[in-house]
Amino acid sequence: MNETVNTVTIWVVDDEPGMCRGAVRTLNGWTDSFTDLDEKIVCDVLSMKSGEEFLERISTEQPHILLLDGKLPGIDGIGVLEQLHKRGISLVTIMITAYATLDKAVEATKLGAYDFLAKPFTPEELRYAVHKAARNVILTRKARQLEEEQRKVRFNFISVLAHELKSPLGAVEGYVNIIRSRQAGDALADYDHMIERIGVRVNGMRKLIGDLLDLTRIEAQTGKRNPEQLDLRSIAESAAELQNETAAERNIAIHLKIGSELNITADSGEMEMLFNNLLSNAVKYNRDGGSVTLSGVKAGKNIRLLCTDTGIGMTEEETGRLFTEFSRIKNEKTRFIPGSGLGLSIVHKIVTLYHGSISVSSVPDEGTTFTIEIEDT
Amino acid sequence: MIMKGTPMSKVKTVLIVDDDEDFLLQQQVYLEKAGYQVLTAPGRKEAQLLVEKEKIDCAVIDLMMEEVDGGFVLAHHLKAANPALPVIMVTAVTSETGLNFGTMGEGEKKWVKADVVLAKPIRYEQLIREVQRLLA
Repeated sequence: MNETVNTVTIWVVDDEPGMCRGAVRTLNGWTDSFTDLDEKIVCDVLSMKSGEEFLERISTEQPHILLLDGKLPGIDGIGVLEQLHKRGISLVTIMITAYATLDKAVEATKLGAYDFLAKPFTPEELRYAVHKAARNVILTRKARQLEEEQRKVRFNFISVLAHELKSPLGAVEGYVNIIRSRQAGDALADYDHMIERIGVRVNGMRKLIGDLLDLTRIEAQTGKRNPEQLDLRSIAESAAELQNETAAERNIAIHLKIGSELNITADSGEMEMLFNNLLSNAVKYNRDGGSVTLSGVKAGKNIRLLCTDTGIGMTEEETGRLFTEFSRIKNEKTRFIPGSGLGLSIVHKIVTLYHGSISVSSVPDEGTTFTIEIEDT
Repeated sequence: MIMKGTPMSKVKTVLIVDDDEDFLLQQQVYLEKAGYQVLTAPGRKEAQLLVEKEKIDCAVIDLMMEEVDGGFVLAHHLKAANPALPVIMVTAVTSETGLNFGTMGEGEKKWVKADVVLAKPIRYEQLIREVQRLLA
């Protein structure tokens, strides 16, 4: 087990020397574990006699936890809290009070005090208060880390997205400039292919934006979905129908092996996205004259879907990065196949929503099979 | 028999290699307008097959093709076969990764095996200027 041990610094501000000594003796070097958070801490305690001393020190360094006496000779506990509040410093503060009055407690809480400890207290009570405060420190740190990671993921996503939109825009702009300045001569027919390409790139952008909306919809609507009893065969049939034209052009046969009794309680929009993306990939990455087989069976509580194509296949290295957003497998075989790079991310997100799993097995130039299990909620 | 003296014999051939078919086509339009004969290839392998059959006077190569270093490999290959062949490397690397080839020293130029490196998005007038300069 890889438990981290973090040092938690505690500053005790109290004018009673006995109180300071007691706190140091009880807490300094004391280790505490939080098994549920997979963390261990060791306390490092420093004591100070006055609010002034504390306020001077706080301008250069900060503790995790502050044990603050309410009644101090110069600036008192509330005064110290006010100063911290003014300077925008937030510390997990435990107020030590000789006689706890409700008014003082309310005031201190308003100023950010986390907990109260009434004198006299036992070492055990002190440790318990610190335990709670340290838990808060750890949780805050973890939440901040998570937030930071999510911010980075978001930022990466947006950078890549911007790039993915910039390249088709650049291509379209390039053609427009060529046409505007008649670079290829005066015959309109000479520009036909370019106009065709503009259409292709614009469609690509439209598809990307559509997929992006699907993806955000899946992410944002968690909990607001609309599960209903669905017949998977009819969903598969409409998904196949969407691919019919493309498949027919390339002489690719689509076989559906899903019994009419295969039902699931699920959101219809999500199931449509799942089937559409699976079949669209299976057709897109197929060979001319190939076939796609989509079968579905009940597997205990789950529904198991198998989508097999006779397409270009992938190497093991390629399947490894298949589910990453915007990761398209680039090679000679995929060169002229358009795609947003989001289709399998969408599939993956939906499968996760249904507590399911997805796996892929593929042989280059033979074909690919996606196996999906989703829970019938 | 040899001295035909037609202007056609002076037409220089430029090879463009890019896996983005739109950039390929657009570069071709501008270079043809500028009076060059243009050969295009969508990847390293196709380009290598082409140069075995055709004589080229200049190559414009996209750095980041399907194989991450396909452009480098191709430039190396072309320069090995003909050290005098002018090679222009077109790359989005600067904007994507911050790598800057623009300020290449002599040592790096040897290693990159290109005479000029242009950052994507390229301006076509600049491409023409560089080709004209290298073929002058």
